[in-house]
Amino acid sequence: MVLNQGMDITATTPRLVYYADAIREALVEAMRRDPTVVLFGEDIGRYGGAFGVTRGLLEEFGEGRVVDTPIAEGGVTGLAIGAALTGLRPVVEYMFMDFITLAMDQIVNHAAKFREIYGEQARVPIVLRAAAGAGRSYGATHSQMLEGWFMHVPGLKVVAPSTAEDVRGLLTAAMADDDPVLFVEHKDLYKVRMPLLEDAAPIPLGQARVLREGDAATILAYSRAVHVAAQAAMHLAREGVAVEVIDLRTLAPLDVDTLGASVRKTGRAIVVTEAFATAGPAAEIAYRVMEQAFAYLEAPVTRITMPPMAIPFAPSLEQAALPQVEDVVRAVKNLVYS
Amino acid sequence: MMSNSMEFHLSLYRKMVMIRQFEERVKYLFLEGIMPGTIHQYQGQEAIAVGVCEHLADEDVITSTHRPHGHAIAKGLSVESMMHELFGKSTGCCAGKGGSMHIGDMAHGMAPAIAIVGGGAPIATGMALAFTMRKQPQVAVAFMGDGAVNEGAVHEAMNMGAIWSLPIVYVVENNRYSASTPIAQTTKVANLADRAAAYGMPGVTVDGNDVLAVYEAAGEAIHRARTGGGPTMLEALTYRITGHSRRDPCLYQPEEERKAALTQEPIVRFTEFLLSQGHTQQALDGVRDEVNAEIERAVQSAMAAPDPAPEEALVGLFV
Repeated sequence: MVLNQGMDITATTPRLVYYADAIREALVEAMRRDPTVVLFGEDIGRYGGAFGVTRGLLEEFGEGRVVDTPIAEGGVTGLAIGAALTGLRPVVEYMFMDFITLAMDQIVNHAAKFREIYGEQARVPIVLRAAAGAGRSYGATHSQMLEGWFMHVPGLKVVAPSTAEDVRGLLTAAMADDDPVLFVEHKDLYKVRMPLLEDAAPIPLGQARVLREGDAATILAYSRAVHVAAQAAMHLAREGVAVEVIDLRTLAPLDVDTLGASVRKTGRAIVVTEAFATAGPAAEIAYRVMEQAFAYLEAPVTRITMPPMAIPFAPSLEQAALPQVEDVVRAVKNLVYS
Repeated sequence: MMSNSMEFHLSLYRKMVMIRQFEERVKYLFLEGIMPGTIHQYQGQEAIAVGVCEHLADEDVITSTHRPHGHAIAKGLSVESMMHELFGKSTGCCAGKGGSMHIGDMAHGMAPAIAIVGGGAPIATGMALAFTMRKQPQVAVAFMGDGAVNEGAVHEAMNMGAIWSLPIVYVVENNRYSASTPIAQTTKVANLADRAAAYGMPGVTVDGNDVLAVYEAAGEAIHRARTGGGPTMLEALTYRITGHSRRDPCLYQPEEERKAALTQEPIVRFTEFLLSQGHTQQALDGVRDEVNAEIERAVQSAMAAPDPAPEEALVGLFV
């Protein structure tokens, strides 16, 4: 499957790679350049990772840098923090983002806190790669997007890329960052091919991208929801409704300047996310929109999210729960024609 | 003229007394309402921190717990920088942002104290892993209490330490109470060190109130770690002769047990030993006076230091 739904990606080198391959390329480049970058995770070595992201890395870099760990998410996260304190730059893979719940103490109470409470003596340069999201009928405990939990915690950076280009650029920046970064990968994108420019520069954390310009409304999305938003925008364009689509890319820190400028122009905003609604990313993003553009809003900010539910297994039910292109199209029309 | 061993013994004594007097002084500062927050004190367990850290250089690292003052002093942090931190001054070792439970100083090989029970074990294991990966000769020591060994994080950490033969010692200070709950209610095995067998590492139980016994057992374990022999679980039997935290009257410790413990606490026992070795009471009193004077200077200097300006609260935030 090739997914390039109306995005303004004009790759000078039209190389199509899988989202998963872009992750691997970023890891390989960083590991070749910097001997302190090491990988920890379950089944990442010989097996190449549950989704094949780290395939071939053990062969190139050896057991000293690609460490197959026991199934012990909390322990492995602490291991990464300790290794970071003593000079390494570990990248941890969580096979499913749902499993990161087992590591919350280490992430929330230790990794996120050290720099501030330790008076700048300690930095924790770790990247936590988590395979998130629904769409593959893995059921309630293997499909969640929990990035909102981490946006809530001061001291954590949260990145959720939608494209191969962003995966490579943002993961490169995350690995070079001296603070803990949660890197949310959408598992339903791993096997999607997308264009990738050669020799692209790292993409700074905290910068959203205007994917498509328009003046009728702004759709704010990240991760796979960006593709849904982009498809909706194409449909709407055919009907003469020009929506702006913003890929937030980084959720913490959030690029409020870009989203503010867009909504001040369009006067309408819709947040699309596959995370849960209550106290979730969409709530925070919507609030930031109001802070930035309240006087310009023609209508209340709308959100399209995963309903508050245990994500169902049956493909038809799962699809019914996920934000769909038609949901976004309908919501935009409601906003624009209300 | 003192022999080398007499000087060595006196230096151990000095460190133990420094911890004891620091904690006593701090306790009264809290009870008088002068010092903010809460504290968890180390009285009764001094021999363990001192006996273990005697084998460590600044380059070696430790993780500590919510009860970290003893480890910090034994690892070489100055009582002045600690006292400033406990008073929440920006001149403290964590710029006043850590406080008692998060005290640390990387220059002396002490990671920020980990105040979540069991949370330090994986982090110490990671530091040891990094030493191995970078082919550095340092060792890590993870201090924890008997309550921590029932946390999952400790199990995960010890297993990883063992499978990779990491240069680490897991020091379990068994003071027989998880906060107020006696060990018989939380743990079935007779010796916590028995659990080491389950990970495939040596487990050693030592009299944690005998500083020389701790010194010897820790020496073996740290030597093993430093020379590629992998981790050890070192259980040190002790007794907390103070409350779990600042206002805890310790009513759960039976009167008889507590009375007996006071005759077996490490400074009483080491004092008897030192006197039997030719040290004089006068000399020991002199050490105590010096230590008290140093602590008092730290208290005065910390109290005189200005409180951080409110705007410092927002300095160093990054996301």
